[in-house]
Amino acid sequence: MENSFLQAIASIPVLYVIPLIVLVLIVMYLARVPFHRTMTAFSRIVYNAMRLSSASVRLAEKRLQIRNREVLMSAGLELAERKVEREFDRIGAVIQRDLEGYPQIQRKISEDLLQLEEDYQNCGEIPQTLPDWVKVIDAIANIKPTGDRMVVNMLEEIHSTLEDQHKTAVDEHRRNVSKRHNILSRMTPTWRTMEKTLAGVQKAVSNLNQRSRKIDRYMDTFEKIRNKDDIAERQLSSSSLTQFFISGLVLGVAVIGAIINFNLVALPMSEMVGGASYIGVFKTSDVAGMFIVCLEIVVGVFLMDALRITRLFSIIGSMEDRKRKMIFWILLGMLTILATVESSLAFMRDRIAADMELLRQSLAGVETTSVATSNIPTIGQMIMGFILPFILTFVAIPFESFVSSSRTVIGLIVSWGLRILSYVLRLLGNLGFYLGRMVVNIYDLVIFPALWLEGVILRALSKDGGDKGKAADDAGSGKPKTNPATLMEGTAKCNEATK
Amino acid sequence: MQRGHQIRALVVTIVLIALGALLWATGCSQRANRSKGVYMLLDTSGTYAVELNKAKAIINYLLGTLQPGDTLAVGRIDTGSFSEKDIVAKVTFDSRPSVANNQKRAFQKQVDDFVSHIKRSSYTDISGGILQGIEYLNESGAGQKYILIFSDLQEELAKGHIRDVPFQLKGFNVIALNVTKLRDDIRDPKNYMQRVEEWREKTEGGNAQWRVINDLERLDHIFAH
Repeated sequence: MENSFLQAIASIPVLYVIPLIVLVLIVMYLARVPFHRTMTAFSRIVYNAMRLSSASVRLAEKRLQIRNREVLMSAGLELAERKVEREFDRIGAVIQRDLEGYPQIQRKISEDLLQLEEDYQNCGEIPQTLPDWVKVIDAIANIKPTGDRMVVNMLEEIHSTLEDQHKTAVDEHRRNVSKRHNILSRMTPTWRTMEKTLAGVQKAVSNLNQRSRKIDRYMDTFEKIRNKDDIAERQLSSSSLTQFFISGLVLGVAVIGAIINFNLVALPMSEMVGGASYIGVFKTSDVAGMFIVCLEIVVGVFLMDALRITRLFSIIGSMEDRKRKMIFWILLGMLTILATVESSLAFMRDRIAADMELLRQSLAGVETTSVATSNIPTIGQMIMGFILPFILTFVAIPFESFVSSSRTVIGLIVSWGLRILSYVLRLLGNLGFYLGRMVVNIYDLVIFPALWLEGVILRALSKDGGDKGKAADDAGSGKPKTNPATLMEGTAKCNEATK
Repeated sequence: MQRGHQIRALVVTIVLIALGALLWATGCSQRANRSKGVYMLLDTSGTYAVELNKAKAIINYLLGTLQPGDTLAVGRIDTGSFSEKDIVAKVTFDSRPSVANNQKRAFQKQVDDFVSHIKRSSYTDISGGILQGIEYLNESGAGQKYILIFSDLQEELAKGHIRDVPFQLKGFNVIALNVTKLRDDIRDPKNYMQRVEEWREKTEGGNAQWRVINDLERLDHIFAH
């Protein structure tokens, strides 16, 4: 090994290599200044281009951030508006339901009060007192007895008459009292009715009070969003992200539902449109099945818009109520028809699948048995086929949420991407710049014998003194006189230029 | 606010348009013929007729695999196979699955009847059978054409039968099934290999794709390519 190495060294034509190295060094020494300038210019170009690109990307990011903020605020405002609008709708409904009949309630209360007053007055009537002649008789009864029989008889007669009168008066009094009790008894339900009516009014007013407080709260939020408050922005941003993920999750579930729905209708559709034809790479029956599922979803979206639950097509929501209701009933009818069709298809699918299974068994030479002994799977499939279109209707809600929140989320993601891109561009610019400096330094390192020789020569010449010596010192240290020979020297200028 | 509505409506419209465009694009794209046409030749010569029960299993597999719109025919290899009379059963399955199922049942019965009342032939005109299969499948208009040869590939032509017509098998898959070894093959396997090689050259010379499937557990390889 050692021998071969020595042989290899010995085989190198030294006389040929050394002049070559010297020649290369001379050439490199002569090309030093242009090379330095080229490298400086190149690294500056890279540095400036990257800085410029980075600044441009930063600007785009800022614009995007402003746009994101606007989108977020706009979405927040819309949401707040919708909440306020919904509360007003509810208040309207409450007023219509509870306070619309307020004049009737007032009239009823007035009538009840009149009735109560009348009853009160009736109760206040003083019962008729005993006749005035009772006093006369009383005076006669106070006459001292004389023992005269006639007087005794007369007094006894008076006594008897008085007792009769007293009895009659007591009876009359009892009747009157009973009558008043009756009147008082009649007053109780009136009181209760009044109490109930007033409680109802109180409840309605209290409800209105609560709703108005809620509206106040929503209006506060609305104001904050309108004023582009930072707290509101953070809340909206967080809410938007949450909405995005939750609605995405629900949409994922809905997609699974749609696939199940599709599988229910795809096979029986081949019975209708044929299983041998293709549209592009898809079977016609599959396309037809998918079309039915898509149609159900589209009808569901319109239905939700007609109910003003979603606002994907504002034109539907802004229709006058009569037209909107008409559209709602039409769409509901269509959806019911589609659900019925799908239910029938599910039934057909079950039958076809059973027939196919029987055929498979027959072809496999297995003794054919009844595949499904119970009707429960068939009924289950039919029910599922009927219900799934209605369930898919609700896809419109997460879909709307997903669409509106995705605007913000995509904006945020792009903004992050731009920020990273800006950082990478700046990094590349700096890397290019310092790489240029490094290359220049390495170049000088390679030709250091030439530089050293230059220094020696210049020092020798400097013995002449004066400025020449100074020049030699400068040359020996590799410093240029007028132009910066290395990037190290030009760095400050470069930095100034790029700032 | 209004802008938000507009953008949302735009997104929904784009989704719907994309859906419509997908349907349109697929609808307008050229309708590729994806139907399969299978012509199965059954060797009824004396030495091979005992194997026909296995052929029933293959036909049952084909019946279970082929879809509505596909074509299936079973032809007999006998003394002169280049004849419509040698087509035992043929069917193009209806596009409705329920009708296709009934057709499959009827086909199965036809094949069962044929196998149970088989008459052994003295000669084996495989080439004639292939020519008949080419003609039948070309007429059927099937997109993918398969000729299955259920035989030991030992051709024996009757005197006067000329089969020097080159096969035109472009777009065809020719698959030899259950190529049994004859007594001579056991003694000298070169005979078997030479026989198979001859048929490979013959069919590939007509631009067909040639395959041999001897393991009947691997019938799924028939349509694997």
